[in-house]
Amino acid sequence: MAKKIPQINASSMADISFLLLIFFLVTTSMDVNQGLARRLPAPIPPDQKVEDKDINKRNLLVVKINSANQLMVQGQLMDVKQLREKAKEFIKNENNVDYYPKLVEEDFGSPFGMIKYTKDHVISVQNDVDTQYQAYLDVQNELVAAYNELREECAQKYFHKAYKELEDDQQKQIQKIYPQKISEAEPKNYGN
Amino acid sequence: MAKIRRNEKREMPALNTSSLPDIIFMLLFFFMSVTTMKEVTYKVSIHNPQATELTKLEKKSLVRYIYVGVPTADFVKTYGSDTRIQLDDAFAEAKEIGDFIINERSSMKESEQPLMTVSIKADKDTRMGVIADIKQELRRAYALKISYAATQRSN
Repeated sequence: MAKKIPQINASSMADISFLLLIFFLVTTSMDVNQGLARRLPAPIPPDQKVEDKDINKRNLLVVKINSANQLMVQGQLMDVKQLREKAKEFIKNENNVDYYPKLVEEDFGSPFGMIKYTKDHVISVQNDVDTQYQAYLDVQNELVAAYNELREECAQKYFHKAYKELEDDQQKQIQKIYPQKISEAEPKNYGN
Repeated sequence: MAKIRRNEKREMPALNTSSLPDIIFMLLFFFMSVTTMKEVTYKVSIHNPQATELTKLEKKSLVRYIYVGVPTADFVKTYGSDTRIQLDDAFAEAKEIGDFIINERSSMKESEQPLMTVSIKADKDTRMGVIADIKQELRRAYALKISYAATQRSN
């Protein structure tokens, strides 16, 4: 007579998997790591002298943050909320005024053709040692937002699409028209 | 003729639960795949700053973290209430960041090394002097891709 194979009691299987489930439920953290992505400049080799790059004054937008988190843009006190518009104006220089960066005409290929853009503009952010991190990040955020908005406008104008939906090489073309040039100086003490 | 059965005992049929483990396993696998264990235990208290132009850090294996903040209540006695830097599980000085980055980089695959991103998780009230020191150290260690950790500002 064939031996009957005894059935394994699987009723506790559900309990075991419940236990595991609850463990992972508890340890799960769904929050994704987000952040403001930036790129640092490469270090200066020790044998090389620090040379001040000669930048034409009109090509430079100086943003200073003092220890009381106040903002000074081109020598004027300004609120963080106004910075984005100011930066956009500066980067575009639509009206070709002489106190905003020099416009350079260059061929960007189809579908752009010849475009005038502020090739050599630089935004310089200078902060105090005692500046609050949040205030610094606010400024960085507004400047990045200004670039993002300009790129978005450009994408809508030439491709009639959102910047995010463009192909990689199309995004690169737009990045050439609006290159992110945010320079950061060493922190100094600007009055107290 | 039809007979009306009235007195016959009716038993509730047993619910078949044999597929219950499968369902639970399905849930289990879902949570297993989305789970991220906390990287370290925080020794510094960090209130994230807020920003709007955020990008997600895609690959977890490429990201290394630097924590900056005031030591938590347990450590105030031994480490004071000044802003401190935490690398992995220990307090560190800004000078140690260079070695930390080089160590971490050498433990990564060679093809991934240039893609390493350093996420600076700093408290929103940190003074910029500390952050500037960290940035200088990162530059020196050629860890140029950085990300300032922040949460989305809700307007």
